[in-house]
Amino acid sequence: MSRYETVIGLEVHAELSTESKIFCGCSTRFGAPPNTQTCPICLGHPGVLPVLNRQAVEFAMKAALALNCDIADTSKFDRKNYFYPDLPKAYQISQYDQPIGANGWIEIEVDGKKKRIGITRVHLEEDAGKLNHSENGDGSLVDYNRVGVPLIEIVSEPDMRSPQEGRAYLEKLKQILQYTGVSDVKMEEGSLRCDANISLRPKEQEAFGTKTEMKNLNSFRNVERALEYEQKRQADVLDEGGTIVQQTMRWLENENRTKVMRSKEEAHDYRYFPEPDLVQLKIDEGWKKKVQASLPELPDARRERYMGEYGLSAYDAGLLTASKPIADFFDQVAAEGADTKAATNWITGELLGYLNTRDQELSDTQITPKSLAGMIGLIEKGTISNTIGKKVFKELLEKGGDPGEMVEEKGWVQISDEGKLKEIVTEVVSANPQSVTDLKNGKDRALGFLVGQVMKATKGKANPKLVNQLIREHIGL
Amino acid sequence: MSLLKQSLNEIHKRRKSRELSAQDLLDASLSRIRETDDRIGAFLKLDEEGARKRAERIDEGDEDPGLLAGLPVGIKDNISTKALSTTAGSRILGDYAPLYDATVMEKLEHSRANMVGKTNMDEFGMGSSNENSGFHPVRNPWDFDRVPGGSSGGSAAAVAAGQVSFALGSDTGGSIRQPAAFCGVVGMKPTYSRVSRFGLVAFASSLDQIGPLTRNVEDAAVVMQSIAGFDAKDSTSADVEVPDYLSALNGEVKGLKVAVPREMMGEGVDAGVREKIRQALKVLEDLGAVVEEVSLPHSEYAVATYYLLAPAEASSNLARYDGVRYGARVEGDNLVDMYNRTRSSGFGPEVKRRIMLGTYALSSGYYDAYYLKAQKVRTLIRRDYEEIFQSYDVVVGPTAPTTAFRIGEKTEDPLTMYLNDICTIPVSLAGLPAVSVPCGLSDGLPVGLQIIGKPFDESGVLKVAHAYEQNGERLPEPRIGGDAR
Amino acid sequence: MAISREQVEHVARLARLDLTEEEARLYTEQLNDILGFAEKLNELDTKDIEPTSHVRPMANALREDEARPSLSREQALANAPESRDGMFEVPAVFEK
Repeated sequence: MSRYETVIGLEVHAELSTESKIFCGCSTRFGAPPNTQTCPICLGHPGVLPVLNRQAVEFAMKAALALNCDIADTSKFDRKNYFYPDLPKAYQISQYDQPIGANGWIEIEVDGKKKRIGITRVHLEEDAGKLNHSENGDGSLVDYNRVGVPLIEIVSEPDMRSPQEGRAYLEKLKQILQYTGVSDVKMEEGSLRCDANISLRPKEQEAFGTKTEMKNLNSFRNVERALEYEQKRQADVLDEGGTIVQQTMRWLENENRTKVMRSKEEAHDYRYFPEPDLVQLKIDEGWKKKVQASLPELPDARRERYMGEYGLSAYDAGLLTASKPIADFFDQVAAEGADTKAATNWITGELLGYLNTRDQELSDTQITPKSLAGMIGLIEKGTISNTIGKKVFKELLEKGGDPGEMVEEKGWVQISDEGKLKEIVTEVVSANPQSVTDLKNGKDRALGFLVGQVMKATKGKANPKLVNQLIREHIGL
Repeated sequence: MSLLKQSLNEIHKRRKSRELSAQDLLDASLSRIRETDDRIGAFLKLDEEGARKRAERIDEGDEDPGLLAGLPVGIKDNISTKALSTTAGSRILGDYAPLYDATVMEKLEHSRANMVGKTNMDEFGMGSSNENSGFHPVRNPWDFDRVPGGSSGGSAAAVAAGQVSFALGSDTGGSIRQPAAFCGVVGMKPTYSRVSRFGLVAFASSLDQIGPLTRNVEDAAVVMQSIAGFDAKDSTSADVEVPDYLSALNGEVKGLKVAVPREMMGEGVDAGVREKIRQALKVLEDLGAVVEEVSLPHSEYAVATYYLLAPAEASSNLARYDGVRYGARVEGDNLVDMYNRTRSSGFGPEVKRRIMLGTYALSSGYYDAYYLKAQKVRTLIRRDYEEIFQSYDVVVGPTAPTTAFRIGEKTEDPLTMYLNDICTIPVSLAGLPAVSVPCGLSDGLPVGLQIIGKPFDESGVLKVAHAYEQNGERLPEPRIGGDAR
Repeated sequence: MAISREQVEHVARLARLDLTEEEARLYTEQLNDILGFAEKLNELDTKDIEPTSHVRPMANALREDEARPSLSREQALANAPESRDGMFEVPAVFEK
């Protein structure tokens, strides 16, 4: 057991899902050819001026409210000055001392233990462009499409005590932001980005140790791995009697190590000052209430509801609410009148399994709440068996369509004709005398085998309940 | 008298009767420029071809042409124009060709004024003499050995020399008013936020304003009418109704309360200038205005305040000139080297000095002592005016403490140069409207009377300026170049 | 002295300016003059005074979230000193 306690704080940037950029009308669409979504304003041409996007402000407020922050009555923008080719004006318009939101918190759960992580602030700023370093190393190429896409920066308190908590915080944050709809939170596309501060201190010491900052943690896995790496590195340094140097490091994913970017001495002097080109933001109660009212049910509340309303287990409710599209899908299936237990099983089992193995999103499939509800209904009525249900489900995912029509068309309707089934049962029983003996001797497993044989013979279409009953009758149980 | 020396109203009458065409006016402008500008240097570039096309188009219409239609206008080179490259008087912008027109250009286009070219200026507006132009200095049409003032020196000289009917300039700490005073023309700095800054190459964003330089006060009112008003593209632009400025010029100054700050009439101001201002105040008094001496106790801190705030904003505004997206670039071994070489060779000495000063004022450890302190003193200066305007309608004094000084006279000592702005800077810091109107000659050189008003009361300022102009001392025509004194 | 030669050089680095020997000397002297003059502001007690960053107090200048057409790539790059593959080209970011 380590002698140290780990202290972690995260700074997370999320791109907001506005149509247009924060200070100009250029589109924010991801993946356009380089430099096709720019204008004199976001390129920082001489004489241009920014005008703030109302939606960006409301999204920031919405996120801040979802993270239990206080919303500032008066907020303002400041210039953060530094030279870099991805920053056209050589300053980033950000918020320094009057962020939109402050003093929030979220709850995380690690190893069954719940914990509250404080959120220092949520502020609004503009994104920078993208620098592509050329392979031969004699120059870089700049694409300014991303310049001016609105971002919120969410700064946590140094409340996390392990890399696992760090990861759990980030996952929870992503989940909340996704529920509010303010960001599409795709780490792989860079719409959610994370920097981490980490330090160690001897157990029972109050004062924080010297921290290092890690940049470029572009997946949940990397956040955890980088924190683990740095936690160990710092512990080794301290164990050897060394001291931690305050510096900024870059996580090198492929090499599984960090690299120093700059030391404290080289740290930037950003020369923040109030942005003279923008006026202040006054947020009155009415505006705040309006945005508050637009907040959807958040993940924790929805999980509680599923447990209360539908009697789901905490585990199942957690699985369903982990991603908003899935939870929304579940709600819609339930609204179609499907049995919620069955719906839960299909979604947490078949659906999530299908998506995970293929690394797909729900939106990549053809299934609709109505078709899943229809399918569950068919099983309930005995029109199809559960086994056939799996086939129907796969069809619905890949091709879509009406499950009722599908089972008719494909001849998947369950056989409940006693006469027909009796014939098959007779054949199966006489072909498997050993199983019959076993069953008579009380080995229930043998019944399963015999039912399975009947199912096989009917290509899964037999009504299993009925088959069960017929076998028992046939051998006189 | 040159065609372009007539007032806009007179020209308009002749335009309406088709006695004069836009092409006639353009010809007059271009020939006057050809005749005089190799000596004056007011223009950085001309758009003869474009101007000719615009003149033809303007002449095609047969409705009332409007007061500004077809009038040749000079545009300060820090105003973005699609038709002509825009350099803000700096080499660092190289051959930068704007992709958009400034809002004031759209407005002038709507009024169908005709831009003939871009006027010379101190680089990025930083200067009081036009000696800081990255290209060539401007000479005062009254005396070629003297500066025209700055930074809108090209615009002021072009109007004074009759090269254009009027010009647009920009004023951060006096850059319209002081050259107007030195060149004997009318120059107005509107209330901060009255005229859109969209398309004005930023020097100090919290102070910059575009305004007119004209032959007389009436013309200033007409141009203001065209360019003033709310613009959604400028977040700091005020949604305040623009009144009819011409109708305000009714000569009614009887009972008007005029404050004269004793700080503007003290030792720092040349005796000759003070004498002219006293005579002008007498004219206003004779018209029935009530003139009283007041005090603006914090004005003595204004220059220091300004020379911390404006460079600080400038250091940030000018950081974008880095050789990446537009303008000049000097190659280097790596990125930082390219940045350093580009900026060191692209900016002139005064601009570098102010970038250094401003960077320092904002830097870690000095922000509170310099930048924040100056912002607080700015509050005190603003309050001085608010208090005076509780009991007075306008504040009046000189525009500049001296008349036009000699070229080279102050270039060695930046601080002395900065002190030439003592009368205009407090007004800029308070964001108030002010006009400089000629009030006679001192030693053969024009003196400017500065009239300062309440926020958005351009009408009141223009009214007083007009009343003085109609009843006060009229300037003779400058003998271009003056005597070889 | 309000500002030392070393500080002047530091500020030049922050501002991405290369100073010659002569410029560094001259700017040190001139900035000291100007900052010395600015010392005057310390005569004033501004403890309880609000700073003015905007001289005309205004709030909430907002635009609606509507995407508008952007420049073509050719226009965006038209003024670029160097460009390649539809992008702005800059020297290597890290020192060689």
